[in-house]
Parts: sequence; structure tokens; C-alpha cells
Amino acid sequence: MATETPARAPVESTVALAVRDLWAGYDDAPVLESVTFEIPAGSLVGLAGPNGSGKSTLLKTILGLLKPWRGSIELFGLPVDGARQRAGYAPQAELVDWDFPATVRDVVMMGRFGRIGLLRRPGRADRAAVERALEEVDLADLAARQIGELSGGQQRRMLIARALAQEADLLLLDEPMGGLDAVSQHQLLTLFEHLRNAGKTLLVATHDLSCVAACFDLALLLNRRLIASGPPAEVFTPDVLSSAFAGHLLLIPTEGGVYVEHHAHG
Amino acid sequence: MGDVIGWFTDPLEFEFMRRALLAVALVGVVSAVVGAFIVVRGMAFIGDALAHASFAGVAAAFALGVSIYLGAIVAAVATAVGIAFISQRGRLRFDTAIGVLFVGAFALGIVIVSRQENYTVDLFSFVFGNVLGVSWNDLWLMAGLGGAVVALITLFYKELVFIAYDSTVAAASGVPTRALEYGLLVLVAISTVVALQAVGIVLVIAMLVTPAATATLLVRRFHHVIFAGVGVALTSSVAGLYVSYHAEVASGGAIVLVATSIFIAALLLAPRRGMVARWRADRARSDRLAALVENLEPRT
Repeated sequence: MATETPARAPVESTVALAVRDLWAGYDDAPVLESVTFEIPAGSLVGLAGPNGSGKSTLLKTILGLLKPWRGSIELFGLPVDGARQRAGYAPQAELVDWDFPATVRDVVMMGRFGRIGLLRRPGRADRAAVERALEEVDLADLAARQIGELSGGQQRRMLIARALAQEADLLLLDEPMGGLDAVSQHQLLTLFEHLRNAGKTLLVATHDLSCVAACFDLALLLNRRLIASGPPAEVFTPDVLSSAFAGHLLLIPTEGGVYVEHHAHG
Repeated sequence: MGDVIGWFTDPLEFEFMRRALLAVALVGVVSAVVGAFIVVRGMAFIGDALAHASFAGVAAAFALGVSIYLGAIVAAVATAVGIAFISQRGRLRFDTAIGVLFVGAFALGIVIVSRQENYTVDLFSFVFGNVLGVSWNDLWLMAGLGGAVVALITLFYKELVFIAYDSTVAAASGVPTRALEYGLLVLVAISTVVALQAVGIVLVIAMLVTPAATATLLVRRFHHVIFAGVGVALTSSVAGLYVSYHAEVASGGAIVLVATSIFIAALLLAPRRGMVARWRADRARSDRLAALVENLEPRT
């Protein structure tokens, strides 16, 4: 062969997140059992599974909030402890105190605090990063609003903006779609795609399977163990789904694949 | 006219009143700054508990003949650390840990006092407050402790606010949340001790909670809550002390009653969150709705 392969650019790692044989849990019962997967950088990944399947536990372990019992986690090829700022987190909106006396801008600025470090005040670069993050999620107009005055969709976008202000490359979002109307969900999905196209990697925990099937690049199906992973069309087969959800779903075979209906919100 | 001026200036002729004014102002500022964190984090119970727990230290110091402030600080800080430790390591709810420890410490204080042959007014000035008895030495000590509390909160301000709002995300982004949560409890303990002699154990919690709670009704950003809280605290401290002087009533009680009155006024009249404003907004909404419905109805 005469054609030369072009020299590969020295990228640090094309794998945003590598989890190997991860065990984690609370007290003495494991919630996650031997979970192993990799997420390529620049992908939009849905983390699906029934409630209690360990989605939040997995996110918390990746963030270092829970110590893994065994196994390893690497962010962009680095051990997770050395790359803490590269993972940003948006918690479930239901767990956030919306009565707290703060404006949208105040909260997004909190995303900078880990980088700024102790005993120092935010500077010009920090304020610029906050404004960029607000622009990116389309909340610049509402920056001076009190957080309690936001709609559900705006709340989720503010929490994402805080992770963006941290300049995180991997965004871990816990149930961002829950309780939103169709229009807000659509806006949020458009934002996810925009961020993916801008080079971010998104890992989105959700129990809304149809949303993952329709809009995400990759799906991880979790029920304490990793049931399946790959492109949604390959993951969401009747066999796989019934093993993950065990009778809590109504599966209707259709021409294009399988129609999934939630039975119970268990 | 001279009467009005005299109402303000006459008490200032006494040195004990000048000291008392400085003391209540100091207590007001320190309590309002710490109180902002207590109110947004729902920690009111712990402030009350630490004040009561310090009674054990006051009683022990009295029995041993050492500085009562030293005793109070040791007892309050030890209780704060004990509460944090039990609730983090043990499997108890936070408020259960508080309930057990502070009553235990208070009981210890009662037992120690019951063994004293001649407990004096001095000891009970800590229970009910006696700001007129504050000496210059007490005042310097309060200023030193209160200054340290405010300085430490200023240094770690952005992290403390982050933790108050969302400690999970703060921890995930590398803020040392556990150390700072212990630290905040210790600062609460120290500020209860600062307020002890001015308003007394029973009323310390009002200084910590009422001005900051009033502020949350009036303003909508955290540092504004601190500033407005300091304003409310200074107003009620100074006004309460004057009232107590002229009406010859207990100073701690007068100060707290003024603060409570301001709180109730804010609760009723605050521009957006006050009850009157809400009632009017509700009425305006139902009026608009009624007008809409009327337009929809078919005309006969």
C-alpha cells in the first residue's frame, strides 16, 4: 500500500470515561456490581435503568463523592482524583433548594469555586466564564433572576450552566428531563446536542427510555450490573429490556423496532 | 425637643450604658452574620442547643473559679464537635444527636450548680442575660471572639455559601466540605458564647435567627441577607436597650421583643413576600380572571 496513513494527532485520550470492574454501595450492601464500560469523548450517552438501579450511585462514585469498593475510574485517561475539575455535575432539580437567596448568576459562579481555590475571590476570567456558560444555555437574559422564579426547564439549564462554568469536559446530569413538559424536554435535548457538537461528553441518567432511544448516541442500561451498552437500537431489544426492567415495561413490537411503555414508575 | 434628644443622650452619661450599647451592637453584628447561615441551612435548633450546652461550662467555670467565658466556649465547642461527629459517624439523625447532647450538657450544668453553696446573681446573669454588668474586659473578649468569627467567615465566604446551597456539588467540585462544616459549627458555638452575657442562654437563639430570618423576607441574595440582617440586629439591639433603660425592663427580653416586632412587621408588609403583598397579588389575579370569564360569557 502506497497511501500513507496521516500521522495521528497527539490526543491525550479519546476515551472520556473508563470504568472498570466498579463495585460501590452504601453500608454493607453493594449497589453496583462489577460495572465496566467506556464512553468515547464527544458522545451523548444515556444512562438508563429503573429506579434503584444505581444510576445516581454510579454518578456519585465517578464524582468521588462515594469511595469505590473496588475497581477503577479514569477520566480522559487520568485517574479520577487528578482530573476532578474535568467532570461537572448537575444534581436532580428536586434535590436543590430553590428558596435559597441567590440569583442565577450567583449559582453559576459557584461552578468556578473549585478552580479558584480557597481564600481567593473570583476574578475577571471567572466572571467571563460565567457569562459564557449563561449564553450557552440561553439564560443570559435571566442572569439576575432569583432562582426561585425559574421554570422547570430553566432550572435544569442553570444547573448545567454551573457545570459548564467549571469548564468540565464530561457532564454528568442526574435526571434532567424528569417532570418537564414536552417543549422544555425538547429544548434540553437540543442543548445536549449543541454541547456534544461543541466537544463535550454527556452522561445523562434518566428512566425515560424512549428519550434515550430517540436522541442519544449511546445507551448504558444499568440495573446494579451493566445489562447492556452500545447504540440504542442494539441495546433496546425486548430481551435486554425485560431483563433490566423485569415486567415493569410494556413492550410492543412495531415495524421500526420496539415501542416501550412504562408500566409502573417503580 | 430636648426631651427627645435627652431620651437618647441621658443614658449615655453612664459608663455601664455605653459599654452595654457597644456590647449589644457587637452581639447584633456577629449573630446576624452567623445567623444568615443558620437560617438558610435550617440549623436554628443547633444554635439553641449550643447556647444551652454552654451552661455546663459556665457552671463548671464558676465552681472552679476560672473565666466563665472560657468554660462556656469549651462546653459549646465540645458539644458542636460531638454533634457533628455523632451524626456523621453514627447512624443518628442530626436533630436526634443535638437533642441528646445538649440536654445532657445542660443537665450537667444543673448538677454542678446544685452543689454550689452560694451561687450568686453572677451565674444567673448568663441564663437570663445581664448586659448592664458587662465589664471592659468582657467587652474586649467579646470583640476578639466576634471579630475572629466574622474574619473566618469572610475568608471562607464563597465556600461556606456554596456548601449552604448545595453541599453535594460543592464536595464534587473539590471544596473541603467536611472540614468547613465542622468549622461552621464551631463558629456558631463561639457566637452563641459571644451573645451569652448580653441576652442570656434562653434568648441567644433569637439573636441568631430573628434578624437573618427577617432579612430573607426583604432581600434576595445571600450577602444582602447578611447586610440586612446586621441592620435589623443593630436596630433592635440599640432600640431594645433604650427601651429597657427607660421602661426599666430586662434588656435581653426588650432587645428580642424589638427584633420580633420587626420580624412580624416584615412578615406582614415585605414588598414581595409579605402577607399583604401576597394577598393583593392573589386578589389582582382573581380580578383579572373574573374579567376574562365575563368577556367569554355569551351576551344575552
